[in-house]
Amino acid sequence: MFSTNHKDIGTLYLIFALIAGLIGSAMSGAMRLELMFPGIQIFPTISAVLAGDGSIDAAKNMYNVFTTAHGVIMIFFLVMPAMIGGFGNWFVPLMIGAPDMAFPRMNNISFWLLPVSILLLVLSMFVEGSPGMHGFGGGWVLYPPFSSVAGTPGPAMDFVILSLHIAGASSILGAINFITTIFNMRAPGMTLHRMPLFVWSILVTAFLLVLALPVLAGALTMLLTDRNFHTTFFDPAGGGDPILFQHLFWFFGHPEVYILILPGFGIVSQIISTFSRKPVFGYLGMVYAMVAIGAVGFVVWAHHMYTVGLSLNTQRYFVFATMVIAVPTGVKIFSWIATMWGGSISLRTPMIWAIGFIFLFTVGGVTGVVLANAGADRALHETYYVVAHFHYTMSLGAVFTVFAGFYYWFPKITGYMYDEKWGNRHFWLLFIGVNLIFFPQHFLGLAGMPRRYIDYPDAYFLWNFVSTIGALVSLAATVVFVYTVYEAFQVKRIAGANPWGPGADTLEWTLPSPPPFHQYETLPQITGAEH
Amino acid sequence: MKAWGVRLGLAAMVAALGVAGASASEPGYAVPHQIGFQTPVTEVDRYLVWFHNDILMPIITIISLFVLGLLVYVVWRFNEKVNPVPSKTTHNTMIEVLWTVIPVVILVFIAVPSFRLLTMELVVPPADLTMKVTGSQWHWNYAYPKDAGGFNFDSYMKDEKELKPEDLRLLAVDNEAVVPVNKVVKLEVTAADVIHSFIIQSFGIRVDAVPGRNNETWFKAEREGVYYGQCSKICGKDHAYMPIAFRVVSEDAYKAWVADAKKKFAAADGATQLAAADAAPRH
Repeated sequence: MFSTNHKDIGTLYLIFALIAGLIGSAMSGAMRLELMFPGIQIFPTISAVLAGDGSIDAAKNMYNVFTTAHGVIMIFFLVMPAMIGGFGNWFVPLMIGAPDMAFPRMNNISFWLLPVSILLLVLSMFVEGSPGMHGFGGGWVLYPPFSSVAGTPGPAMDFVILSLHIAGASSILGAINFITTIFNMRAPGMTLHRMPLFVWSILVTAFLLVLALPVLAGALTMLLTDRNFHTTFFDPAGGGDPILFQHLFWFFGHPEVYILILPGFGIVSQIISTFSRKPVFGYLGMVYAMVAIGAVGFVVWAHHMYTVGLSLNTQRYFVFATMVIAVPTGVKIFSWIATMWGGSISLRTPMIWAIGFIFLFTVGGVTGVVLANAGADRALHETYYVVAHFHYTMSLGAVFTVFAGFYYWFPKITGYMYDEKWGNRHFWLLFIGVNLIFFPQHFLGLAGMPRRYIDYPDAYFLWNFVSTIGALVSLAATVVFVYTVYEAFQVKRIAGANPWGPGADTLEWTLPSPPPFHQYETLPQITGAEH
Repeated sequence: MKAWGVRLGLAAMVAALGVAGASASEPGYAVPHQIGFQTPVTEVDRYLVWFHNDILMPIITIISLFVLGLLVYVVWRFNEKVNPVPSKTTHNTMIEVLWTVIPVVILVFIAVPSFRLLTMELVVPPADLTMKVTGSQWHWNYAYPKDAGGFNFDSYMKDEKELKPEDLRLLAVDNEAVVPVNKVVKLEVTAADVIHSFIIQSFGIRVDAVPGRNNETWFKAEREGVYYGQCSKICGKDHAYMPIAFRVVSEDAYKAWVADAKKKFAAADGATQLAAADAAPRH
């Protein structure tokens, strides 16, 4: 529990992410069940249980609270802890030949801030938010004045602010740790251009975190003083402007979505290379595509704000800048395919997840190109089309890479081999489930159904129904996943140091599985060609 | 393999979307099973729908199918059973340049109509009628200028109990805004408490209602009828229950409605103004 060992902390992060992910998925399941039929069905019950108020008004509010909490939990307590805290902590030191992280005790505190943070978030659901209501229901974007005293006078919002402050502090500490470790603790011969792409992806992500999160912290602090100390940063009555918050939020928020996906890019690069038994195609292109995505990610934020009343020229610029991102993203997709081209592909479970990711991320990417056009976004903004788009990139993209990484490194972390059959079943069930959930949401969005609605005009019934069926299939997939993990621990098939064969050429596979408490007592020498 | 069949099925759905999106439905709201845009009734929205259905949809469908095809091909052709010895190729400058340049060309091709559409949306032509739209928790207020009656009224969603058989659940309102057909109507949109968002699908307009800001948008509806929208920025418990309904009528019918509405809303006017003042931001 108080361990400062990077592997222990990585495991804690993974367990934390798993629990948070199950909570967040349960919330989305509740919302999908609610939307299965027109009208309000189950949220009065949920609200009666959670808030002691089963009225229709409380149910409507509770639905909004769920959309908010689902977003925050999935972003801050599932994807970030799993990829950066979990896989990052476990494999960055192993891959660069370091004995541990640079600041082991800071590593420990950056993990332990997270349970505090999620606790504050959960507590916020049980205290007053909007008058007479429990929790904050303004979406994860927290726009004032709804998040300010005008919309949510109760303390629920202050809990959310503090929760995000703490989660942010945790991530900044973690990011500093990664940057220091990667710059200073590489084994002899491990030059930057020999580093595995996963390490590169964590390095770029860590820089994004260090640059973006303080902006969020600033915006949150301004919101906090607006709420409690009568400042008016975001209140037009005192000369402020609610749109200022949106600019600050998205200056953080857009890099944030790359923070969520870049480590996934790294994971997929490792897996594709391993199971094609070929080095990554266009290594330098891949590295600098990630750096470019990270850099350009900072100058596209207002494409989330096309409808707030930006001038024509401002919108033109953001359309242009946003479309630029499609280029490095395309480079990555094509490089992965080129890595497989000419390879000797073995379709083990992690590889199937990675290939599934490439296709789903492409679908999410091209709808992103549609949304980048402010003109077309006018019809699609705040509709289910956007929900479909970012779930294809995040839920089907980022989460698929988490599963890919999970199956890839599970034998290394535990020393046991999971069952290929069950891993495959998990993939196909979830693949079908999430496509059933999110593909019809494109139709809903085009037909005009707005996001964050507890009830919808009857015309939207069919595709909502299909979407909920998909959610039930995904639930079955989650049960299969839990069973797969249980089965692996039950049967205890010994994995050996390298279960993947000659394609797995990064340093972690030179160690026994699970690796010893202290690794690399004599530092490995890295030789071989620069890329 | 059945797995690939699923993917192909999905891809076929993508393609179907492109085709079916074009055969739009007639009314000013979504119809059951709809998978494309609602019928455009303004020039701007027609251009928007064309841009999406005829430019963007084919491009993204082809790209998705192309990537899918490549994936299927490499998995089949370079499977370890078929190709036991992997090649050592890791660079090919020509192809790396190509897959950078071709996307750029495609994006430039998209950008031309995209920027034209953006300009059409945002440059407001001289207006025949200017209305003020104010969003509040949880209804809209429509104000007509002095030279067009000088009244304003609240528009609330009709409760389920009040619905007449022809009314649409969650879309029908007690007081529709009425505007003349074939006239440029400019809307000044703001909010009284928290942020709301004003949209009408068939007009191709969407603009946020932000307290302390006056955002503008415009439309010139070409066909009579009732056109709907729903609040599109989360604004509290009744976010899903503040629809927007605009009735587009002939010039004569519009004049008659204004004369009526002047009398009808004159009495309520004083009360509404007071209510609006109450709802103004604090401090």
